[in-house]
Amino acid sequence: METLLYVLFVVLQSFVLLSALLVFIAYILYADRKIWAAVQLRRGPNVVGPWGLLQSFADLLKFVLKEPVIPASANKGIFLIAPLMMSVLALAAWAVIPVAEGWAIADINVGILYIFAMSSMGVYGVIMGGWAANSKYSFLGALRSAAQMVSYEVSIGFVIITVLMCVGSLNLTKIVLAQDGAWGMLGWFWLPLFPVFVIFLISALAETNRPPFDLPEAESELVAGYMVEYSSTPYLLFMLGEYVAIMTMCALMTILFFGGWLSPIPFAPFTWIPGVIWFVLKMSLIFFIFAMTKAMVPRYRYDQLMRLGWKVFLPMSLVLLVVTAGVLKLMGWAPGVGG
Amino acid sequence: MVTAAFFYLFSGIAIASAFMVIAAKNPVHSVLFLILAFVNAAGLFLLIGAEFLAMLLIVVYVGAVSVLFLFVVMMLDVDFAALRQGFLQYLPVGAVIGVIFLVELLLILGTWSIDPNLVRTPAVGIPTQAVMTNTEALGVVIYTRYAFLFQIAGLILLVAMIGAIVLTLRERTGVRRQNIAAQTLRTTATAIEVRKVPSREGV
Repeated sequence: METLLYVLFVVLQSFVLLSALLVFIAYILYADRKIWAAVQLRRGPNVVGPWGLLQSFADLLKFVLKEPVIPASANKGIFLIAPLMMSVLALAAWAVIPVAEGWAIADINVGILYIFAMSSMGVYGVIMGGWAANSKYSFLGALRSAAQMVSYEVSIGFVIITVLMCVGSLNLTKIVLAQDGAWGMLGWFWLPLFPVFVIFLISALAETNRPPFDLPEAESELVAGYMVEYSSTPYLLFMLGEYVAIMTMCALMTILFFGGWLSPIPFAPFTWIPGVIWFVLKMSLIFFIFAMTKAMVPRYRYDQLMRLGWKVFLPMSLVLLVVTAGVLKLMGWAPGVGG
Repeated sequence: MVTAAFFYLFSGIAIASAFMVIAAKNPVHSVLFLILAFVNAAGLFLLIGAEFLAMLLIVVYVGAVSVLFLFVVMMLDVDFAALRQGFLQYLPVGAVIGVIFLVELLLILGTWSIDPNLVRTPAVGIPTQAVMTNTEALGVVIYTRYAFLFQIAGLILLVAMIGAIVLTLRERTGVRRQNIAAQTLRTTATAIEVRKVPSREGV
């Protein structure tokens, strides 16, 4: 009986988190388009609802109601599993993210590794979708995308290790608590680890296929990359998976570098505001950086992208890792194990 | 009860997908079943409390190794009709090899016994979950106790990596490469030359 109640409670929690996340993503999509439009001096979506606020929901309805087209020569099973995998894996990563103190569905010891594992499995959705469609364009897009995601995962891994050395734990809650202190936002990891933070931000753009690294769907060369043959709900699932992955990256950056749910100013009126509000605000701020990058930076060429990943970020993050380890050891700041 | 149910779920799917790896006709399907087997093995690791190993299995094998594997298999030009030919012709040879393997495995497993002293006094005391998490336990063993051996293993891998790169390296001529340093060091002074062109004469 007790087990059953516990399972029901977890299911309820997951349901609340999922619906909150999906509604948030609907407005993140809207914000993305609005910011892009504002930079280009356009209006952006402004017809559905007041100021176009219901645009994402109209899009959702339209996607769901359209007919899904499956190419005759496609590998049907894999063609349909690929988008499902992409969105399910992206959503699964949210199971461990603490949006406020103790507000994680599963506060596990190896939380950050779990997120890393889920995001590294996201590449299968892309590569399976691109291959199953049996089209040259989508296959080329999938190959590009897979190579890109695998390349940038390496530097993301090194950045995560650098932060973990300063914390001494793989638990996400402990990573946030390690940044708590009298200094407020000046004590968070973005300041002492600034170069590492910049590497992570740019690698996150590449990992989630955001512009300027959106080569998998470079429409001038590959039409729409691995998604060429997808329509209606399967396409929607791909897009959803992509945006959930972007949100995961924003949340991860919030936790690793911006003190998670902590208040930026550590005294009275600011600490009364619930942690989840700070968390969402920080995530939105990071997404704003993503959206502005999309609007302002031209797309990279593929060889430039690979050069940046392997010849610039990989050696840089390795050197920073060694330097951070040395500083921690020399100054005696290294956290003890058992935390 | 719940643990047992999950154990049978994970191990059942793992065995079934391991079988499908060799039974599937399409090599891409084989690789995908292999990945499914990996994921379920990670689930089994989780059940025995080795969460660090489980996550590493997914990050390293599923997230990196299998992706490259899938890459290669997808780009192979496989003729499925040729693959299915001669199945009966090769069946006796395959069956003989299979039986030899089975007998060898049975012989080894039948005579296998673990030294009782080894179990009683392990080289390093096995800590319980309450004392330290298995991430820390592994770290203590690999990076503190056997750090030197670990470094040697790393060096061997490095040599293997260099060997692989040397084997596949080929110098291509006539490729126009981008020199980003030279590009960013260009200034107006070095890039533009202002000339006074006399009228009706040209440069």
